[in-house]
Order: sequence, then structure tokens, then C-alpha cells
Amino acid sequence: MKRTFTCIVCPNGCEIDAEYEGSRVISVTGNLCPKGKTYVTQELVDPRRTIATSMRVDGGELPLASVRLTRPIPKDRIFDVMAEINRHSLTAPVAIGDVAVPDILGLGSDVIVTKNVARA
Amino acid sequence: MMHEQAVIVGGGPAGLAAALRLREKGVKDILILEREHKPGGILRQCIHDGFGLMRFGESLSGPEYAQRFIDRVEEAGIRCITDCTVLDITHDKLVTAVSRNLGLLQIQADAVLLTMGCRERTRGALATPGTRPAGVYTAGVAQSYINLQNVMVGREIVILGSGDIGLIMARRLTLEGAHVKGVYEVQPYPSGLPRNIEQCLNDYHIPLHLSHTVVDIRGRERLTSVVVAQCDERFRPIPGTEEEIPCDTLILSVGLIPENELSLAAGVELDARTRGAFVDEHYQTGVPGIFAAGNVLHVHDLVDFVSLEAEALADSAAEYLLCGSLPECSLEVKAGSNVGHVIPQRFSATRSFTLSLRVRQPLKDVSIVVRQGEKEVLRKKMRKALPAEMIQLPIKAEKLIPGVELEVSAE
Ligand code: SF4
Repeated sequence: MKRTFTCIVCPNGCEIDAEYEGSRVISVTGNLCPKGKTYVTQELVDPRRTIATSMRVDGGELPLASVRLTRPIPKDRIFDVMAEINRHSLTAPVAIGDVAVPDILGLGSDVIVTKNVARA
Repeated sequence: MMHEQAVIVGGGPAGLAAALRLREKGVKDILILEREHKPGGILRQCIHDGFGLMRFGESLSGPEYAQRFIDRVEEAGIRCITDCTVLDITHDKLVTAVSRNLGLLQIQADAVLLTMGCRERTRGALATPGTRPAGVYTAGVAQSYINLQNVMVGREIVILGSGDIGLIMARRLTLEGAHVKGVYEVQPYPSGLPRNIEQCLNDYHIPLHLSHTVVDIRGRERLTSVVVAQCDERFRPIPGTEEEIPCDTLILSVGLIPENELSLAAGVELDARTRGAFVDEHYQTGVPGIFAAGNVLHVHDLVDFVSLEAEALADSAAEYLLCGSLPECSLEVKAGSNVGHVIPQRFSATRSFTLSLRVRQPLKDVSIVVRQGEKEVLRKKMRKALPAEMIQLPIKAEKLIPGVELEVSAE
């Protein structure tokens, strides 16, 4: 089978023409680096993404702190993870790198704070 | 009146990077003036990741990327006045500003660094017909509401324009539970980066309609629907193709414009193509001692390049401050076939510099060729070149012929 992928690993966004059988990649063309092939293989077997969102901060100078995942999660779990993040809130102060939710839904990825929010 | 060696107008990614580099080069009196309550610029609301891949080799969110620079600026003891709006800059580099805490400020600078960034094109500038109901936002304003103020803008969303912020917002709104019905782009190709089309639209099954625009906006107090239509190659709506789409929110992502009112006040001449200043290879504008880099000069696709450009600016500005002048740049860099614009527009042919450009339309299997007269200075083969992507080429001094103009074309 043949399919064209857009590699999202870096801003080059290479358009990769891939030939594959099931989850086995036979050939790739158009990738500027080897990560493109890894990406295609991963997309065929288990597509993963990171997400970024915000969490409420109680008692902060800002109402929200931005957060992101430390590792990609299966694409079809994105909305489960969003719902889980939205069940939590933070208390000021928070700092970049603070773990807001460890190992979210047992998926092996932490939710970490990406903005410093001081106490109001 | 205060006196500073360097006044930096705007504490976003360009201003912060320039300040740090100036300090590294030995410039002592540096003052950053920032309009908002905190430095960081637009990055503060760009909470998605993907920043810093080039610079730090990791995928950071906007606030994290900004904080790395803010921390270093603080450590270096560089002064930054926030809540401070610059009102005027003169040709002689007298900067007038008003600060919430300090009142009116008059600062005589030896060098002024323009790093004000850009702003969004608005609906008014686009002259979209129809009534003026609530529920119409630019992508950046919607982003600020959601990411900074915790205010959700709507539920049923249509996006006009496929700029990167619009694509990022399509995903963000979807994650927050809204239904993004589609993105409509008047051009026959997307204006955002391919990776954003993939990870912000395709991942969430949001349709992208190329060669389409919004021809009517309906609703009395709140938006109730928009009418979209297909467009011909001259962007005129084709009669009979109209379709009404019920929605409560229209997001505009129709382009960014460098914010240059202050540059004009200082007598800086602007390039109609970039809407930013004409600069030489030192990022010096037509006014000696006034420099510009980042999105105020030309709209970038990646913040990593903004930081790099600001650092290159600071290298030159430091030389200007410490040596008193910079080599003259009297030769023109011309945008040839298929090239929309080039930065810098002038060079000296005695030093190496980075040439930035964008192509006019998507091109496949193309070469970007830099020539002086008949002589080829550089040729870069590309499998694809897109208007969405800024292309940068290193121009080496030893390859340049003295006294001959450069022309860049995509062929
Ligand atoms: S293939 Fe390599 S260069 Fe191309 S987008 Fe993927 S990671 Fe970037």
C-alpha cells in the first residue's frame, strides 16, 4: 500500500511518500532525515501525540497555568486525557516543570506546568 | 532625561534575545520597554508545544521558551520596564514613553532596537460584508481569551483563513469541546505550515476548504451563521456556490502585519512587500542607529528564527555602539522571479550574512538561486518550497564580488 505522510516531528514538515504492508514500511521517500521513517512506522502501528492545555490555578496572579504532556500519548486517548486534566486544578504558586498530574491515566506521560504563576 | 546606549522597544522573543546578546558583547546600558505587564510577547499565550526544536533541540511551549530568555535577562541584570507604552521615537533616537509606575519617560538612546512584533489583520481591513454581530474574533484574540483569561469564545466555530494561529486555534477549540466546522482559505493553498495542517486539522478531522471565502456574516446580536462561497483564481466568489453554515463564532486567521507605526514616526522607510523596514545586512534601517528584527521586520514562521535574527541584529548594534559605525551597505538585494520578498534589502558585499526570503506560490523541485550579474553565488535545491515557510540561506563573503547587486530567484 502507498500513502503520503506529513512528518510532524520538526518544522520542516516533510511530505513523505511511503510504501508499506500492514505495519511494515517497505520504502520512504521525501524525508530529509531518518526520523521521518521512524515517524511513519509509528504512525502505522500506534500514532501518538502530545497535547497542551491549561489548568485552573486557585489563588494565582493569573486564572490559568498552561500545561503540556512530557511524552506523547495514543492519539485515540487525547479526549480522555483532556477530561482527566480538567478534573484537576492547581494552587498557586506553580512553576515551570512542576508535575501537575503524574502518569496521567497510566499512559506513562506526566502533565507538567509550563508557566510560572505566582500567588496573587 | 535619561540616557541609554540601547533602548529595545518590545520585550518579546526578539527584544529579549537582542538584549542578552548586546550584554554578552559588552554593552552596559540596555533598557527594554514592554507594553504588557510581563515580558514574553505573544509567546505567553502560545501554550502549544513545538517551540525551540531548532534552538534547544526540545519541543517547548511558548511560555517555557520565553521564560528561558526572561530568566537570563534577569540574571544579567538587564532592566525591563513593563506596562510601558512607547509613544514616539525621533530620527535622533529620542524615545518618549509612558509607564504606569514611572509616568512620562524621555530617553536619549545611542541605538534603538525595534522589536515590536506584529499584529493580526482584522476583519475591518478585509472588508467582509454583513452585519456586525458579536462572535467574530481574530485567532490571536480568541487565543488570549482561552489561554490567558479562561473565557471560551463559542461552541460552533468557522475559521476564515489558514494561518498558523488559526490552525492552532482549531485544535485548541476542539480540545476544549467546541465543534470546528471547517477552515476556509481564499488561496488555492494553505497559508500555515504543513505540520500544523496535519496535527491541528487532519488529526481532528477538521475539513480545510481551499479557494473558499466567507461572503456574508449573519445574526443580529450574536452571530448565527456565515455564508461561504468558492472563489475563482482572482479570489472572486463564484455565484451559485454559496452555502450557509450555522455557527456562533467566526475566527479570522487572515494574516499578520508588522507593527511599524513607531518606525514610521522615526522616519524609517518601509518595504511595501514585507510591511517592515528596509534593512541592510546589519539589520540597520535607513536611519543610522535604528535597527529592526523579528516579526516587526518580516513575519516569521518559527520563533527560533526570530531569536537568531535578533541576535544577529544585536551583534551589529553592539559593533555600532562600540565602534561608532558600520560598513556601508549600498548594494541592493533584489527579489527575482517567484520570490515575494528578501531580507536584507541592502548589503555591502564585504561580509557574510543570512538571506531570508519567501516564495510567492508553492513550488516543487525548485532551486533557489542567488546571483551577482551572471555569477552564481549560491544554489539550493528544494523538493518543495512553500509561501508558508521562510527560507534562509547563508551568504558567504568570500563568494561575493565587490560592487555588484544580488538577485534571488526560485526557478
Ligand atoms: S523527516 Fe526529519 S527533517 Fe523531515 S519533518 Fe521529519 S524530522 Fe523533520
